[in-house]
Amino acid sequence: MAKKARVPVVKTERLADGIFGLTVLEPEMAALAKPGQFLSLYLEDKSRLLPRPISICGIDKEKGTLRMVFRVAGEGTRQLSWLKEGDFLEVLGPLGNGFYETKIQSAIVIGGGIGIPPMLALAKHLQEQGIQVTAVLGYRSEPAFLLPEFEAYAEAVAATEDGSLGIAGNVLDAIREKKLSADMLFACGPTPMLRGIKAFSEQSGIPAQLSLEERMACGIGACLACVCKTKEKDAHSEVHNRRICKDGPVFYAQEIEL
Amino acid sequence: MNMKVNIAGVELKNPVTVASGTFGSGMEYGEFVDLNRLGAVTTKGVAVKPWEGNPTPRIAETYGGMLNAIGLQNPGMDVFVKRDIPFLKQYDIKIIVNVCGHTEQEYCEAVERLSEEPADLLEINISCPNVKHGGIAFGQDPKQVEHITAQLKKVAKQPLIMKLSPNVTDITEMAKAAEAGGADALSLINTLTGMKVDVMRRTFAVANKTGGLSGPAIKPVAVRMVYQTANAVSLPIIGMGGIANAEDALEFLMAGATAVAVGTANFHNPYATMEILDGLEAYMKQHGVEDINELIGCVE
Repeated sequence: MAKKARVPVVKTERLADGIFGLTVLEPEMAALAKPGQFLSLYLEDKSRLLPRPISICGIDKEKGTLRMVFRVAGEGTRQLSWLKEGDFLEVLGPLGNGFYETKIQSAIVIGGGIGIPPMLALAKHLQEQGIQVTAVLGYRSEPAFLLPEFEAYAEAVAATEDGSLGIAGNVLDAIREKKLSADMLFACGPTPMLRGIKAFSEQSGIPAQLSLEERMACGIGACLACVCKTKEKDAHSEVHNRRICKDGPVFYAQEIEL
Repeated sequence: MNMKVNIAGVELKNPVTVASGTFGSGMEYGEFVDLNRLGAVTTKGVAVKPWEGNPTPRIAETYGGMLNAIGLQNPGMDVFVKRDIPFLKQYDIKIIVNVCGHTEQEYCEAVERLSEEPADLLEINISCPNVKHGGIAFGQDPKQVEHITAQLKKVAKQPLIMKLSPNVTDITEMAKAAEAGGADALSLINTLTGMKVDVMRRTFAVANKTGGLSGPAIKPVAVRMVYQTANAVSLPIIGMGGIANAEDALEFLMAGATAVAVGTANFHNPYATMEILDGLEAYMKQHGVEDINELIGCVE
């Protein structure tokens, strides 16, 4: 069960320009956490009321820690980037359902930009289950943050928009160029990328699990701020909306409209 | 020590409820708080038929507050009475059902549908700023307020709470109109209409362009309006607007509210309602207040 707690920061990292890592110690949450879930991070600055939903990048159940990697997108995340080891942070979680367990032999995990971090926890999890993992990671440019860490669990392919590293182009260009195939696609990234993956999934017949992002208020399914459009009428909302925080953030590509 | 309060003949075991739309029907918050401790749960607005709501982004954070334009997404009355009311009936709490509609006809139909349901009070949303038809359109003209209140009173079995908009020149005019129409109680305030520009994307931060401002930023406006209204009409008032802690709740009670609703605070602190209850008890003990009713409207 999710809970809210004031937790110690045990490690901070600066991974690239504007990309920061934050590891917190909370054994109960770490024990529950699954790849694809997220935490709501609250700010000390009470003029900024709403929690920042940040995906889980690493789960260490033995140490009881959770690692989050985020991009500074505004003043709230900027304040989170100021946290130091030994500081305390209020968090709520783990939230959402995470990626769904399926019987597969091989997977392509696809991350674009700040959608890359949750795919690391997933790649590790899949590899531990004996699933063959290929990671396709899309960056605007060098440095390719987290790329070396993916190599421990997956065959990692990088794509950069400016061609400074790996394949020049986006993640779909990389998948096509490498003629990659697998039993399942898992993806997190900007909406245009997810739209492309959804189309690729339809063309190739490879099912895809997509992790979505939207502005959230409560993070627990009550406020109905973070909805996505669904193909079928949703059983909870009775309309063509599902709650990203509570019913997602991961959805099968064929269920949703992007 | 007595914390019971009375709203239109319905006894709440304490004056703390939640603001409609911030708490669903309590299901999600049941994981964090003991729903049995609340005086009442006020549900997310429900209409006769399901509503899709507005496009996203539906919210934006602002200084000390937030804008929302959810657009009253709701599952419709059929599912609501089958799922949400039975869920709430498991708890020893009063149920306040918030009702919305596009037209007078839809409001009437919804109220009629609820007449046989175990809802204790109906709160009528005539003040939502985020839907094109209905909502605030009924809440900004005293004639309309009186008319719709009177129409709904004809079909309602439960006491009616009219929820008023702060987006008016003089809220006491609307309060008096609701009273003249036969309202049993008032809720105030709904959100203040606002707007935020996303300078990075050079567009509106909320897809609906404008949204309703809530949170601590609006609290002084709400306290002032509760005070003015309490002195203008004799109806009990559920006060709301930026209540985040016990001190805020006390301000509303002392300004004249009989009960208080916690809204946006649920988003930044899912335990807010419980902390407010603890804080109210602590205040009463510390100040030797035997009955919370002594505090209601004590600032003259």
